[in-house]
Amino acid sequence: MTLSILLVVSAALFCIGLLAALSRRHAIFILIGIEMMLAAANLNFVAFWRFSPQPQQPTGVMVAIFSIAIAAAEAAVGLALVIAVYRHYRTTNVDKLDQLKG
Amino acid sequence: MSIFSFVAIAILTLAAALAAATLPKLIHAALSFAVAFVGIAAFFFLLGAEFVGLVQVFVYVGAVAVLIVFTILLTRRDADPPGKFNWGGVVVAMAVFAGLVWAILRTPTLAMAAAPIEALTVKRIGEILMTDYVWPLQCVGVLLTAALIGALILVMEEKRE
Repeated sequence: MTLSILLVVSAALFCIGLLAALSRRHAIFILIGIEMMLAAANLNFVAFWRFSPQPQQPTGVMVAIFSIAIAAAEAAVGLALVIAVYRHYRTTNVDKLDQLKG
Repeated sequence: MSIFSFVAIAILTLAAALAAATLPKLIHAALSFAVAFVGIAAFFFLLGAEFVGLVQVFVYVGAVAVLIVFTILLTRRDADPPGKFNWGGVVVAMAVFAGLVWAILRTPTLAMAAAPIEALTVKRIGEILMTDYVWPLQCVGVLLTAALIGALILVMEEKRE
């Protein structure tokens, strides 16, 4: 197992998240895609820490832990926004939220 | 860190992630999302970052997946909008993937094996969090509190006049 094959797996995960965020019209799917892209970035941080010349300094692990905490906050606020939008417009389809279009 | 477990975990994670991105039913996608994040946690275990793997399981499979399921239940009335699948997103994602793989395989310094390391214990992580990273830790605490209050305010019932 080398670093590059791990990076390819993480790139595939990122692109699946990008696919979910771009091609689905449901707000919860878009949030799932964003979470997947964040997880791929975390995987890269930990992989670069593990393969670095000085793994005694756990900087990558620390960044991954903080990133997971921030992703959790983002997911909570995002899902609350989905519920608030649903109360107001009775839909979660992002294509129908075009009030500001003019 | 055997190659067999790596391939098995990679196939499981990517298949579950693809299912979460493409399944038409929301609740199936949420469950595949949980499986995909268990796979990512397995990657963390494989890489020797046990604490990050545990945090990943607690936060994503324990909290975020349950939150997504609750949101699906609360917004159920327009359950499956017969949305058309947008093929432009597929094209963009494939192009990004091709570009990333091209860049990774072109960089010769990335094709290296890992040196053996001593295990990163939770005790060590706790010490570092309380010394070098104490200010980021406080900031994350403030951020989580603000996110909690903000989420509560967002979903609170508005008072009818």
